[in-house]
Amino acid sequence: MNNLSNRSYIIVAIFAVVGIVYTILLFRLQVLDSDYKQYATNNVLREVVQYPARGLVYDRNGKLLVYNKTAYDLLITPREVQTFDTLLFCNLLNIEQDDLERRIQKAKKYSRYKPSILIKQISPENFAILQEQLYKFKGFHSQTRTLREYTHPVAAHVLGYVGEVTGRDIQRDEYYKSGDYIGQSGIEKTYEKQLRGTKGVKKFMVDVHNRIQGSYRDGEEDQPAEIGKNLISTLDLDLQIYAEQLLQNKKGAVVAIEPSTGEVLAMVSAPTYDPSLLVGRVRGENYSKLLADTLKPLFNRSLQAKYPPGSTFKIINTLIGLEEQTINLQTRFECYGKASSPIRCTHNHVSPANVVDAIRESCNPFLWNTFRSILNKYKTSAEGFNVWRKYALNFGLGRILSKDFPNALKGDLPQQALYDRIYGEGHWNALTVRSLAIGQGELGVTPLQMANCCNAIANRGYFYEPHIIKEIENDTVRSSVKVKQDVGIEARHFEPIITGMNQVTKGNLAGLIGITGHDFCGKTGTIQNPHGSDHSAFTAFAPKEDPKIAVFVYVENGVWGSRYAAPIASLMMEKYLNDTIATRRIVTEKRMMEANLLNPIQPK
Amino acid sequence: MPRRNNILANIDWVTIGLYLLIVLLGWLNIYAAVFNEEHQSIFDITQRYGKQLMWIGAASVLALIIMLLEVNFYVFFSFIIYGLLLLTLIAVLFFGTVVNGAKAWFTFGGFAFQPGEFAKFATALALARYMSSYGFKLQKPKSLLTIAAIIFLPIAIIILQNDTGSALVYFSFVLVLYREGLSGVVLFFGTLFALLFILALVVSNLTLAIIMIGMVMLAYLVFNPKLKQFAYVFMVYAVCLAVFILADLVIKTNFETDQFIVAGAVVASLFVMYSSIKRRLPNYTKIAIVFIGSVLFTISVDYGFDNFLQAHQQVRINELLGIESNPMGAGYHVNQSKIAIGSGGVWGKGYLQGTQTKFDFVPEQSTDFIFCTVGEEWGFAGTFLTIVLFLTLFIRLVWLAERQRSSFSRIYGYSVVVILFFHFMVNIGMTIGVMPVIGIPLPFFSYGGSSLWSFTILLFIFIRLDASRLEQLSV
Ligand SMILES: [Zn+2]
Repeated sequence: MNNLSNRSYIIVAIFAVVGIVYTILLFRLQVLDSDYKQYATNNVLREVVQYPARGLVYDRNGKLLVYNKTAYDLLITPREVQTFDTLLFCNLLNIEQDDLERRIQKAKKYSRYKPSILIKQISPENFAILQEQLYKFKGFHSQTRTLREYTHPVAAHVLGYVGEVTGRDIQRDEYYKSGDYIGQSGIEKTYEKQLRGTKGVKKFMVDVHNRIQGSYRDGEEDQPAEIGKNLISTLDLDLQIYAEQLLQNKKGAVVAIEPSTGEVLAMVSAPTYDPSLLVGRVRGENYSKLLADTLKPLFNRSLQAKYPPGSTFKIINTLIGLEEQTINLQTRFECYGKASSPIRCTHNHVSPANVVDAIRESCNPFLWNTFRSILNKYKTSAEGFNVWRKYALNFGLGRILSKDFPNALKGDLPQQALYDRIYGEGHWNALTVRSLAIGQGELGVTPLQMANCCNAIANRGYFYEPHIIKEIENDTVRSSVKVKQDVGIEARHFEPIITGMNQVTKGNLAGLIGITGHDFCGKTGTIQNPHGSDHSAFTAFAPKEDPKIAVFVYVENGVWGSRYAAPIASLMMEKYLNDTIATRRIVTEKRMMEANLLNPIQPK
Repeated sequence: MPRRNNILANIDWVTIGLYLLIVLLGWLNIYAAVFNEEHQSIFDITQRYGKQLMWIGAASVLALIIMLLEVNFYVFFSFIIYGLLLLTLIAVLFFGTVVNGAKAWFTFGGFAFQPGEFAKFATALALARYMSSYGFKLQKPKSLLTIAAIIFLPIAIIILQNDTGSALVYFSFVLVLYREGLSGVVLFFGTLFALLFILALVVSNLTLAIIMIGMVMLAYLVFNPKLKQFAYVFMVYAVCLAVFILADLVIKTNFETDQFIVAGAVVASLFVMYSSIKRRLPNYTKIAIVFIGSVLFTISVDYGFDNFLQAHQQVRINELLGIESNPMGAGYHVNQSKIAIGSGGVWGKGYLQGTQTKFDFVPEQSTDFIFCTVGEEWGFAGTFLTIVLFLTLFIRLVWLAERQRSSFSRIYGYSVVVILFFHFMVNIGMTIGVMPVIGIPLPFFSYGGSSLWSFTILLFIFIRLDASRLEQLSV
């Protein structure tokens, strides 16, 4: 035991060492180092968060889409506030006295010694006036923020908007502090990490009069803000503007994609809104207005509206039949027009029809027979259905196509289990689910998915992930956009389809939708609407060989595919390919732009 | 009653005197920290100094009750007290109130009470009781496991309360175990690497280098207490460091000062290693090797942390160590705290004349950052005196512990002193930026009823045990 009691000396030695080390450190801090006295006479160490400018967004040709403008926040440190001329103050800020009182109380409640924001996002013009007088108000200071500004009032849904972080954002990522901004939809949300940059902090010494006396420790402890990375989007600004003009006063959506890359050239959801409405102090009010609007301008139809794909889907069914060899180019099916069973045909045409005729005429009986042959090829209808479903998935239906569109829906592509549940296992067959043959029934497809199908057809069997960002400054776009996605159908099977689609654009529609100087392919669609006029759809790509653009246009209450959707699609393609619209088509262009379909009761 | 008189005669009035002095100084500084012109009456219980006066009064009553109780009471009820406190801690988990992110408080009306504070003396009692039981041998695996259980049960519950800072206090019991025979090697390497790991991430490289060099010097002294040889080693380090620091000042390079210092110390260690092998001083060889190993270890911890861990893992470890990644967070407090202390100079600005600790520049100024007020208003004179006062108390307590006949009293006494020491070291260390900001109070000094009472109970049970040191305890 005696031996162990020697250890008491070691324990005391440990105490002594800590005591001596602390004494030395305190001596250095209090006696040797004069810096700290200097800082204390300057009274307050103020840390100012440096907010980086968000990255800019350009279109595919280097035209600026989104940039930043400066705004100022006025901050209050309640402890430092002295009596001041509230009337002058309120006049400068253009607020009511009791509003000011409320805001000050709120700041006091948050903290008496930490600065908090009193007034947000003051415009540079107003701030210039305020700043001259600011010295009269002790305890107030400003910080610089940046707000989004747009070169053109277009592409609101694609670009998205920036808003203040919510409690959940702060919980999820501790980079964010109350009052910070975060991308809340569109590109701003998907590319938030790249666009936001990194906040910094600058430490200043300020005297009792709130004047900055210089940086703390010569800025040794400052962390400079890193500005956000610039993005080059795949959008073509001119095409986007043009598409929005064509869709004005209509409900609908347009998606245009470059087939060789999957780059989205234009994406419109109508009615749309001016993105600058959701910036700055007017944001909250405008947001509520847009939210309350019965036309739902905030609803992104190009990603979230689910339509039955209609006759556009007939192309896919025909392709599946060809690949599964249940039909071939010699196959002909009888069509009895309106007398056909179990699905009647809506057109008058040659009968029996082959593949090309069927595509051109959108022949329902042909499609029914093809669909039945696919399901009946296998032992059970369910097995055949699953083969069919696999192709539909390959085309991008029923799934999310890209991370670039955070709000996109995956659409409806029914599973075997659904029919098993409704009809009982083994108790359903091609006849039961026949509406799938003509793109109706349980199918729900978004315009983005439709445009992507068209893209795959234009490429004769493959597509690249449709995406919206082409390049990120000092960074790389995720590699998935460079992966070729094969739909599993041989290229040769596309030729009769493309011939049929080409004939669509050449018949009696040629005058209305022909593109000057280019041979192209298209397919109309009309979707029955029990609530009013039918919806109009058109899928197309141009030119026929080596396609440069694939488009899907959807116009609600547009009656027939050929009435609105087809002219709009062809005008867009002409604009994109030729940069101008031929004189003979100006009338059509004018008619499209001026058409107002927002009144839901239209003559049939 | 002759026995009572006997106790009165055997009470260690020096310790009680030191206790009263520290409590009084604490109160004076709390008064200064929250002083404002509107409320000047010292009895104003709407103000913290008024409340603290109430706590002090209540603490005196507590101390008196503790002294009046039969000494065997503490021995007999030690496990029961420990069990009750554990149950209370668990109850807090379910019914407690969250203060500063930790669900560690019970609130009654306007008063908050933190059971975790009281678990310290209960754990000390249980540990003393167990380790003083008949036939106890520390080296037996069963003994070590039981001890680990006694210490880690409260730690686990307190960590669940999200109060990691308070939980760290319990690691100070290692020193008690060391005094009771735990191998010095275990203590040394265990604490060394745990400490290095934390320090490598928490403090600046320069501070770490200074701490490590201080530690290696201490090691030379402790493991070979022959002055002549130590003086030689000391010279070697002094010369090497001087050369390298001079080199840093003279030559412009891309290397930082701390890298020069570390390099100097490593060169010195290599030299000591070489000459100690020649002179057959194996202890010195080992220490030099351990030092070089430690340097490599800290470098690899730093490197590994920065390069191998994912961002979210870094954040989690930082949180655990009390480092906030927020630029306005912990660093802000420490800067303000250092400005306050540093601005005090040699003699301070005078009582109630401080500007930094007034109002709210330094957060938690009357609780965790009370030492700032001392530093600002009393200067280096005040901080030095405070350190001396605490060290005197600690040394007095070690001396008292060593004079106990029963191992129960001795073990309890050591537990008291190491707990107080740990608080002292971390609390003052954090105000001068060499310890992570974990919110633990300065004993007897910081504002707060729970902490004052718990430290009072902790200390006075030992004073009571010491007063009966001549009696036979019924362990
Ligand atoms: Zn037909």
